[in-house]
Amino acid sequence: MPPLLQLSNIAKSFGPVKALRDVSFELRAGEIHALAGENGAGKSTTMKIVDGILQPDRGEIRIDGEPRRIRSPLEAQALGIGFVHQEIALCPDVSVAENIFMSATAMQRGLMNFAALERKAKTVLAELCDIDPAIKVGDLSISNQQLVEIAKALTLDARILILDEPTSALTESETEKLFRIVHRLRQRGLGIIHISHRMAEIFEHCDRVTVFRDGEYVTRLNIPETTPEEVVNNMVGREISHLYPDKATQPPGRPLLEVENVTCSHLKGVSLTLREGEILGIGGLMGAGRSELAKAICGLRHSSKTLRLMGEPVSIPDFSAALDHGMVYVSEDRKVEGLFLDLPISQNISSLRLSQVTKRGLVNRAAETKQAEQLGRRLRLKAGKPEDPPSTLSGGNQQKVALARMLSVNPRVVFLDEPTRGVDVGAKSEIHAILRELCDQGVGVVVISSELPELIGLSDRIVVLHEGKMSGELNAAEMTEEAIIHLASGLHSQGDAA
Amino acid sequence: MSETSLSGGMTETRTPGVLRRLAGMREMGLLCIILCLCVVMSFASPYFLTWSNFRTIFLSFSVEGIVVIGMTVLLIVGGLDLSVGSVVCLAMVVAGKLFLMGVDPWLASAAGVGAAAAVGAAMGLFVVRIGLSHFIASLAAMVIVRGLCLLITKGTPLSLFSLPPEFKFVGQGSLGGLPVVVVIFVVLAVSFDFLLRRSARFRTIFYTGSNEKAAEYSGIRTKRVIFWVTVLCSTLTGLAGVIFMARFGSATPQFGVGMELNVIAAAVIGGASLKGGQGSIFGAVLGVALLSLVTSSLILLDVSVYMQDMIKGFILLAAVSFDHLMNKRGKRG
Repeated sequence: MPPLLQLSNIAKSFGPVKALRDVSFELRAGEIHALAGENGAGKSTTMKIVDGILQPDRGEIRIDGEPRRIRSPLEAQALGIGFVHQEIALCPDVSVAENIFMSATAMQRGLMNFAALERKAKTVLAELCDIDPAIKVGDLSISNQQLVEIAKALTLDARILILDEPTSALTESETEKLFRIVHRLRQRGLGIIHISHRMAEIFEHCDRVTVFRDGEYVTRLNIPETTPEEVVNNMVGREISHLYPDKATQPPGRPLLEVENVTCSHLKGVSLTLREGEILGIGGLMGAGRSELAKAICGLRHSSKTLRLMGEPVSIPDFSAALDHGMVYVSEDRKVEGLFLDLPISQNISSLRLSQVTKRGLVNRAAETKQAEQLGRRLRLKAGKPEDPPSTLSGGNQQKVALARMLSVNPRVVFLDEPTRGVDVGAKSEIHAILRELCDQGVGVVVISSELPELIGLSDRIVVLHEGKMSGELNAAEMTEEAIIHLASGLHSQGDAA
Repeated sequence: MSETSLSGGMTETRTPGVLRRLAGMREMGLLCIILCLCVVMSFASPYFLTWSNFRTIFLSFSVEGIVVIGMTVLLIVGGLDLSVGSVVCLAMVVAGKLFLMGVDPWLASAAGVGAAAAVGAAMGLFVVRIGLSHFIASLAAMVIVRGLCLLITKGTPLSLFSLPPEFKFVGQGSLGGLPVVVVIFVVLAVSFDFLLRRSARFRTIFYTGSNEKAAEYSGIRTKRVIFWVTVLCSTLTGLAGVIFMARFGSATPQFGVGMELNVIAAAVIGGASLKGGQGSIFGAVLGVALLSLVTSSLILLDVSVYMQDMIKGFILLAAVSFDHLMNKRGKRG
């Protein structure tokens, strides 16, 4: 009997970025198949191809042994594919019941029968939770919205069910209920694809696991015959092909920034200390609260916290206050949060502290250009004149503009969120060297990165977050990809810091 | 009874459902405001509570109300149409010009509505295919279509006194004491309100406006939905245009300037959101009724004409602010 779903040699690029190089996958009826891999390994992209949201550049999809082209989510549904999205995809303005049966409504003619819809929704939801099907989805908590999303997929009468990190927003008891249902569906003969970072979940509930790395298929293992360590090794197993700058030669100095008890909706009391002359790495999975931590410290997110900068207590209610104290956050999302893509480079750089280039209330263009040229030289920014907009630059040069912006305020502590995302290898080394230089000059550097080799290659010390809490701290000798993944997936946390 | 069910978990409510929903509907608040205004006005002016006054008020908003219906549907899908004033005029001018050239007035009217629909289709294509926002596409259409109207008429009003009486009846006649335009408006409003609430096809408009991606992932062809709603809005606007022509017996190239603001204000007062996903025809009708009622009340009270626009603006501000505050409270609770 052919497998229920078979992908062979799928490739997909977004512009110059190769998201999937060569991915193969196989799903049998009546199994729960885990899909594992680091952030950016291509799991979600692959599943979006299966659901018809994305079209592959190359490769073949077979369902029940027959080659298929899936051009839209509608066609995927017709083929019996249900998808629980990682980011919640619901309509906030309409009722729970309508959201659950939206796909049916899309095909329906004639009139709506809301009473029947709500009754049916109630039956579906009864297996999961206690949500009134008549209320609007926008009024539900995130975890309840996630449950509605799951209920929605359950009603599709799917033969293939894709769960993209469905449990990241759920409590333990909700997770348990979900898996009870998933097991029941498996017995009915469905094939279930479960994307998860949580090794415990994979080993408790799944039958097989396929591992992706850097957009490529690595291996497929039977759960009873493998160990979490083997899976993790396969997720990581990459050679560091890239030379990192030398680590700090001197032991770190006095505390530069002490952060205590940062608490907000995504963080549960995180504390850390940044010392002079060290690069501090922050590791963790997507959604663990890494960016939230940096943003909270810099006043970009509402939180309660205690801060001491060079021993002095400071209060940072907003980002403007952070800048006044020489603290800068450089976003992971250059295009949306980082740069004014269509404004000249010089204006991008001067915008953090316009007073430096302003005389009597007027912006001095010449001073602005001079500042851009100076910082550009310091960062070895070769492409682009000061009057060009960053939108014309490559990712690496855009990131250098973002760094120039950061340097324009003579910072004391900088937070860099994914500083080399979408940056080519050459510019990456340069950025790493710049960060080390800054650190040697006494600037505190905090780096958030999902790329483990980078985190290890660059940091003098790493703290790892798991679900809004600190799950461990690693010094230079302890840093391995395995150790980080262990801490990040909450397998065991070493000396609970909270 | 209903209070306990609201506070004590939302799970097991049966009997208070209908009542609770009625009370929670935004339309009820508007209806109350309108009734209060009527009571106050009946004391303030002896003329207010007369049949002829109400007839005048109804007449004043019925044709524009047809445009409000289209605009509301478009706002629900997340769009916006600034061109309605020009498109009303286009339908009028095209129909009038063809009639003067000897075409049957009904056929000429159909052509006028067709021209309006074509403008909608063009805007829809620019939105769906090229990815322009409704704001930009309709802003351009507003200016282009107005120019077209001036071109067709050479800038002078078309006098259409020779329209046959059976055609004028649409705009000027009465059915059992009710003006025909009011009947047309009520029939359209009731139909579209029903369709938006109950028809499966029309529900997809809410889904698309509320979260286009979610709708797309549920198998809804969101681009088509947006396109056809854009066409629908322009078509209804064109229909209003030819009815205006029948009512006034003329077609002026300046007709409808500034209408879009009134129409959008009415829909928004009625609960439509500029972000899409929210709104109802019933609410929008109440919105346009409220604006009309206020205007006529101010006239009865002899308030300066210059004050009227200001007061309308304040009503818009108050209605929308009230909504936002209520929404925030709901989220927190």
